[in-house]
Amino acid sequence: MKHLIDIKGVSHAYKTKHGPLPVLDGLTVEVPKGEFCAVVGPSGCGKSTLTRLVSGLMRPDRGTVILDGQEVTSPRKTVGMAFQNPVMLEWRTILENVMLPLEIVAPEMKKSDAEARAMHLLEMVGLKGFENKRPSELSGGMRQRASLCRAIVHKPQVLIMDEPFGALDNFTREDLWQTMRDLRAAEPFTCVLITHDLRESVFLGDQVIVLSGRPARTQYVLNVDLPADRTIDILYDPKAVDMLHVLRDQIRIAQGRDGGLH
Amino acid sequence: MERVQKIAVPLAAIIAFLALWELIVWANNWPNYVMASPSDLPAAYARFWNLFLVMGWQTLWRTILGLALAVVFGTLLGMIMGFSKLARDALYPLLVGFNAVPKATLVPVLALLFIGQHDFNTVLMAFLISFFPIAVSVGIGLSTLEPEYRDILAALGASKFTIFRKIALPKTLPEFFGALKVSVTLAFIGTNLVEIVSPHGRGLGALFKSGETNGDYPLMFAVLIALAFLGILLYYGVVALEKIFAGWAERAPG
Ligand SMILES: Nc1ncnc2c1ncn2[C@@H]1O[C@H](COP(=O)(O)OP(=O)(O)OP(=O)(O)O)[C@@H](O)[C@H]1O
Ligand SMILES: [Mg+2]
Repeated sequence: MKHLIDIKGVSHAYKTKHGPLPVLDGLTVEVPKGEFCAVVGPSGCGKSTLTRLVSGLMRPDRGTVILDGQEVTSPRKTVGMAFQNPVMLEWRTILENVMLPLEIVAPEMKKSDAEARAMHLLEMVGLKGFENKRPSELSGGMRQRASLCRAIVHKPQVLIMDEPFGALDNFTREDLWQTMRDLRAAEPFTCVLITHDLRESVFLGDQVIVLSGRPARTQYVLNVDLPADRTIDILYDPKAVDMLHVLRDQIRIAQGRDGGLH
Repeated sequence: MERVQKIAVPLAAIIAFLALWELIVWANNWPNYVMASPSDLPAAYARFWNLFLVMGWQTLWRTILGLALAVVFGTLLGMIMGFSKLARDALYPLLVGFNAVPKATLVPVLALLFIGQHDFNTVLMAFLISFFPIAVSVGIGLSTLEPEYRDILAALGASKFTIFRKIALPKTLPEFFGALKVSVTLAFIGTNLVEIVSPHGRGLGALFKSGETNGDYPLMFAVLIALAFLGILLYYGVVALEKIFAGWAERAPG
């Protein structure tokens, strides 16, 4: 089976004042086309670094990242990114912010078409009526929704998200999980989601990858065999609860605090 | 109501200031060759109104031209310093040193370099005195651009120039206009400095000097008031531009 994203033996170290800081160590991740891959791991283990390598913002010291059969050497137009900090351009309206990637990726696109596309997405995430507001007039959750729209407005093949819901309260976060699920049902894309929320990884993911502590390796891969049309209630399903337990244990191991509880 | 208040309040303050001035001159019983009072001014304006128009225009266009040059040069310099740490390290001390030199000392230097080029010297001085704040603010604005902003477009493979045009440039506009408000006043000072000091100068500065030579105090004060008026005009011109181009940065009232 051919994978859309193939991360093969990737190692990377940052150069710091105190010498090289190894962050990733022979990391291997495979994501089939259309799958949702959630990545969890201890804080500071190299998750953000992984997103920068997959998007081509950085190149690894060793190993290769292959996207749709081609090695990633620089950023591509077929990738969408949502960041933990949903920075919006304050001088643009929400609609203009969402349209921004189209100006780069499809400059030949008619403005009215671009607007219609952006409006469609804003409507899907429940931001209809806010398109002409400035980012400063929106709440954090609303800004994150808009940032999601911006990440997929150009219909990317791959969506990479770095803890996009990390700064939100629980209810808003669960709302956004469902928005995410609906977006994927409406227009399928392959997705890599970095998160520190295990419930989020099980609710959204088709597979959950647990990274070890720094330097990060693939420590554990969990296949989430739950139905695709999930509701929040599924997290109380015994199967999901078991998975959450397994992941919890794996994180404890990754943090180097194994044992004691069994 | 709010609009009326916006104009009426500062107007009342100006009238109060003039009244106080008049009162102090009257209470001290100063004759108008010691200190002119506001009531002396209308006569001076009536007598020299055409000179005020001609000279005022001279001062105005030289200031604006000098400032325009400062904007172009300062922005370019700021871009170089903003994007290259090497250029920043190299140029910063030089710029600070240049800025520290009192510009009055440059007047004779310029006068000797470009003898008789009064317009040119005046514009050059307005430019020299006013580009520094612009260069510094643009440089700092660009060099402190958060990587998150850059990454939005970098992740799509946008070129450095596109990132500059779509993100870095608009993002530094508020800082730019903050600096421009300082620069416009500086350019105005530079223009007047040359006008006053040059022999055979033109502009409101020269008019001031002729008032001084002739012992015409009401004329001198009339020029000062005219200068203040032009200064206000220029400043609020910049404020208007700021509202248009960087109005988004203004906080909602309250
Ligand atoms: N540009 C850089 N230069 C030097 N060190 C860096 C750089 N970026 C990250 N690091 C270091 O590399 C390690 C991994 O960083 P990274 O941001 O990938 O971790 P993370 O898993 O995303 O952490 P978090 O869960 O806190 O978001 C951290 O220890 C960090 O301090
Ligand atoms: Mg991170």
